[in-house]
Amino acid sequence: MADDEIRDEEESSEEKTKFLFIFKRAPHGAIYPYEGLEVILIMAAYEQEITAAFVDDGVYCLKKGQDTTGIGIKEFAKTFKVLEPYGVEHLYADRASLEARGLTEADLITGVEVVEAEEIANVISAQKVILPF
Amino acid sequence: MGCRMKFAVLILEGPYQHQASDSAYHFTEAALKKGHEITGIFFYNDGVYNTTSLMTPPQDDRHISKRWSELVQKHKIDAIVCIAAAKRRGITESNLAPGSRISGLGQLTELGINADRLITFGD
Repeated sequence: MADDEIRDEEESSEEKTKFLFIFKRAPHGAIYPYEGLEVILIMAAYEQEITAAFVDDGVYCLKKGQDTTGIGIKEFAKTFKVLEPYGVEHLYADRASLEARGLTEADLITGVEVVEAEEIANVISAQKVILPF
Repeated sequence: MGCRMKFAVLILEGPYQHQASDSAYHFTEAALKKGHEITGIFFYNDGVYNTTSLMTPPQDDRHISKRWSELVQKHKIDAIVCIAAAKRRGITESNLAPGSRISGLGQLTELGINADRLITFGD
């Protein structure tokens, strides 16, 4: 019985679906990143393989120390740094997108992997489902 | 006939302002015509507005919510409106176009897991 349960767990882990969230827009200017994040938080309960990549203006989602009191919109970007317990193992930021915006790794929340575009392309190729926000 | 695929469709933009909903509609129609299966249509972000029964476009234009209603009912396609996105935008059971149902993001997850391809139509 116990053996069967272990085997079942192993099988189900092999069958995990790979979901990639691509964040390409700045936070707060439009709702896409916020509602994209909400999808991650719900999807996490399904124990699939979730990865997030940030490109173009999407890298602004990862900037630490954001303060939205002046615009009266909820500051949700801080939630990106607590995604690891939700089973999101990788947050990739595109190096060229950061550089084009004068950002460096030091400007970002913790837990972000800054990578080249080629690596993001490889990550994209490995997915079953890609969700752009 | 080629191999039959299972497609799921995700719509992220509202009607008229963007072409996304039109493209998704034409894709769905074309896929069905080719003999493929549409396992579900999920409305998210402003895409939920495609399912309001309150829209009354000019008569010489397409009626986007009615068109979706007719298509999903004819082909018995599961059309799902995200409850969180719908609540934000005032879409409720009382103004939901026929053929759609309101449910959660877990349904989008299931579509992603079970379809051969999940196709996103957005801006």
